[in-house]
Amino acid sequence: MLQTESTPYIFSELYNIIFQAPAYVLFLEFSLLLLVVWIIIHKQSNGEKSLSKEEREEIIRNWKPEPLVTEIDQNHPALVNNHIIDGTVGKYITVDGIKCLNMATHNYLGLEEYPKIKESAINCIQKYGVGSCGPRGFYGTVDVHLELEERLAKFMDQEEAVVYSYAFSTIASAIPAYSKRTDIIFADECVNFAIQKGIDASRSRVVYFKHNDMRDLEKKLIEQHKLDLKNPKKAAKTRRFLVAEGIYVNTGEMCPLRELVELRSKYKLRLFLDETVSFGTIGQHGRGITELLCVDKSEVDLISASLENAVESIGGFCVGSHFIVEHQRLSGLGYCFSASQPPFLTQAAISALDIFENEPKIFNQLNDTAEKVDEQFRYFSKLELRGHPISPVKHLYLKDIDDSDKCEKILRKIADECIKKGLAVAYSEYLPVEKFPPRRSLRITINRLLTEDDITNAFKILEEVSKSVV
Amino acid sequence: MTVIKSKNNKNTGEKVGEKINGFHKNGFVNHKLVSVDETCIDKNGSIESNQDINNQYKRDENFKESFEQPTLITACLTYLGFYLLMIIGYINQLFFVPKVATEKNRDDYVPLFAAFESFYLRYVYRRVKDCWNRPICSCPADTVTLKDRVTKDYGWTFEFTGTETKCLNLGSYNYLGFAQNKGPCADDAIESIHKYGIATYSPRRELGTNALHTELEKLTAEFLGVEDAIVFGMGFATNALNLPSLLSPGCLVISDEKNHASIILGLRLSGATIKVYKHNNTHHLEKVIQQAIVNGQPNGKPWKKILIILEGVFSMEGSIVKLPEIIEIKKKYGAFIYLDEAHSIGATGNHGRGVCDFYGINPKDVDILMGTFTKSFGSAGGYIGGSKSLISFLRANSHAHCYASSMAPAVTQQILTSMKIIMGLDGTNEGKKRIDQLARNTRYFRKRLAQIGVITYGHEDSPVVPMLVYLFSKIGAVVRTLTKRQIAVVGAGFPATPIMEGRIRFCLSAAHTKEQLDYALQVIDEIGDSLGLKYSRKPRDLNQIEY
Repeated sequence: MLQTESTPYIFSELYNIIFQAPAYVLFLEFSLLLLVVWIIIHKQSNGEKSLSKEEREEIIRNWKPEPLVTEIDQNHPALVNNHIIDGTVGKYITVDGIKCLNMATHNYLGLEEYPKIKESAINCIQKYGVGSCGPRGFYGTVDVHLELEERLAKFMDQEEAVVYSYAFSTIASAIPAYSKRTDIIFADECVNFAIQKGIDASRSRVVYFKHNDMRDLEKKLIEQHKLDLKNPKKAAKTRRFLVAEGIYVNTGEMCPLRELVELRSKYKLRLFLDETVSFGTIGQHGRGITELLCVDKSEVDLISASLENAVESIGGFCVGSHFIVEHQRLSGLGYCFSASQPPFLTQAAISALDIFENEPKIFNQLNDTAEKVDEQFRYFSKLELRGHPISPVKHLYLKDIDDSDKCEKILRKIADECIKKGLAVAYSEYLPVEKFPPRRSLRITINRLLTEDDITNAFKILEEVSKSVV
Repeated sequence: MTVIKSKNNKNTGEKVGEKINGFHKNGFVNHKLVSVDETCIDKNGSIESNQDINNQYKRDENFKESFEQPTLITACLTYLGFYLLMIIGYINQLFFVPKVATEKNRDDYVPLFAAFESFYLRYVYRRVKDCWNRPICSCPADTVTLKDRVTKDYGWTFEFTGTETKCLNLGSYNYLGFAQNKGPCADDAIESIHKYGIATYSPRRELGTNALHTELEKLTAEFLGVEDAIVFGMGFATNALNLPSLLSPGCLVISDEKNHASIILGLRLSGATIKVYKHNNTHHLEKVIQQAIVNGQPNGKPWKKILIILEGVFSMEGSIVKLPEIIEIKKKYGAFIYLDEAHSIGATGNHGRGVCDFYGINPKDVDILMGTFTKSFGSAGGYIGGSKSLISFLRANSHAHCYASSMAPAVTQQILTSMKIIMGLDGTNEGKKRIDQLARNTRYFRKRLAQIGVITYGHEDSPVVPMLVYLFSKIGAVVRTLTKRQIAVVGAGFPATPIMEGRIRFCLSAAHTKEQLDYALQVIDEIGDSLGLKYSRKPRDLNQIEY
């Protein structure tokens, strides 16, 4: 009853509304409707070309892919330079059957003097086997991992540490765990390749500043500050990070940490420090650059380091405050989605830490050796040395030759000739995809156990070979 | 050239309801190999025509893959349960200030973490936090010893009680049971530490290559049946640090939606365009590929190359990739295949040589074979195998080969010894025995689970067995209950899986005995009643299942 009575009423109401409304309102509404319809149709056809079936098949038939990979020249150094190492690596290294003084691999501290490390690793295999067979989340956390994390945090006087199973993936996972697409990263242009990949993975905007040039960094920070003033809303959501290395593996130089820290607090950046080389090598107790330069731990937000250099194991770790580091346990890709570190490598690292704590004199000895090398190696006639005096990694560049291809050839030849004469030095390999290709160099690493005679001998070989090759 | 014809069995549609895109929403997906005119690798790695394999597939004509869907009510309850957890979490957040660490000395900074992320971790994930990251203190073999811990503050912190619990290990990726602290693998590994030390301290391109590495590369190539192989120190990095050198902007990648995080990271770093196809759905893959070729790059140019990326056995789904069909598609359109065999190498196929072996496909039909040594070999690291030119290219351009430390000697030796055992090069049939044991365990366990009436995902022959429990809170309940009954399993929920699909994952191993599996099945049956896990509506096979 009610329905039949009210229905015509509604219709008349509608009729009134439509026909009493002004013409421009109707016109506006009609065009809006058209717009909506157009958008819907357009969206559906978006990205698809209107082609007939035959045309589509024609395109598919005609599409020719490039080969999967470009053919590599059989003379490419990566295929030709196949040095085979035999036996254990320590102060000496056997390359292609020739016993060489080792100035090429990253075992700075000469821990081969401590057989305890090997023993503990072997005991560990007898208890846990070799692999961990799972990521940390899924029964891959072995008690030794927890012990190493606790010990590392204690050693570095920090709240928390996370251990990764591979040094490359440590900083490369840590950076994208914090820095996201809308954020900005300020990084030194000589940062190592792992950091570059971490920055790429974060998809943040990146600003590179000149190597160790604080004025350049400040200039870039001021530029950014001006941009922020123009768009304060965006600036209020943009996190800023500063990424540097303690000692740059690509140059051997030390970063000016105090200045970096000043700029960090002035421009509200968070500082990530990669101590791949500086951990376990500098500072009175081997704690790295923060200890050496007496910078308070709260000034640096995150420290990452490698267990593959001074610690003589495989893996890496990050330390910092609980607030920051804990986040990586669920967001560090290389931590969550990779099998955990094989327990015996963890145990080896723990045993190395025992030595670090009990015999801090080894760091002084290493620094002394590095300084001695630094003094002598400044006097090559054809090579110039770069690197901080106490850095265990230094680079030798060719004097007066700029062409990088030519340099590469000569330096490779020098490295090969040196090996024949019983001195292992490494031509430092870089891929062409480096952001700022580093200058071609021989990389010298310093082992704590090198004596003055060894250094003089090494100098003689290098001087002789470089003279004859150049 | 090898020809493999494979298609979805026409009959299944009638048996089990509607077919959606070649993918049965409510039942099975059948592969039936119509004709297998195939060359195959024999035990010693040489390529020859193999009649055995033909017979094998005739026997296994009706092997199945299942993705049974739950009822609407379960689906609604799952969402409701999840939202309830969230609402309670929000209320909790309003009233209680958590005693978590805060950032110090960074006043007026932009907050470091997104608000939702912190909320989710503190008020949703924390409730079940005890189900993950459980410390162990033994070798992750058939059993594993958990270090007991308790929380007195609802998951904020944990304390060790000092006690230990020995559990049946259904959580570790120990498919062939090579996670051993005794036996030839461990002995050889220890010997290699004496001979080569703990690590090499140098990348492969510099002075980090020793005889073990070159031997392993040769053996891996032989094992896979390809021309050459290259090995890396970390499985995750094998994907993340090699994909970028193989791809560049202008390349198209068609990636399975369930691919692993390492692949996704590698693709992100490569700058290539990524399109995703539905999980293991070849029809959708073909549609995507056609569409992509026709449309070309956004700037109008044709794609440089198209790479299809997939996994052999998907670690969260338990499915086995439909490789024969995908190879057909690849050949038809001129695309390339990158196959990640992290979970399938060693664990599938008659000779343990992965999915190519499983289907009897010539491994050379797959352009890039990638895999890891973490799982079946009980070690660490990864490999890429393929043509000589591909591997030479990687030796020159791989990020990991150039910058990352080479594989530790003991890790390398463990792989060498276990691989030789799998290949039968040690002069025993130990490897074959392990492979058969795993296959038997897998079939038996999956059939018995179906009989119990729980929903499992994936392929009958996949040793990864996800059991669906749907509700977020049930993940925690099942993991905890099973631990009480001394069974260690892995739970996975949002965000690792869709909100709807909370699951428990069992990883089977050749080290498990029938008695151990029977015990686990009996417990699952019991808790299936008390926790309501028997969601399956498929008819149950009431006959005794033979081991």
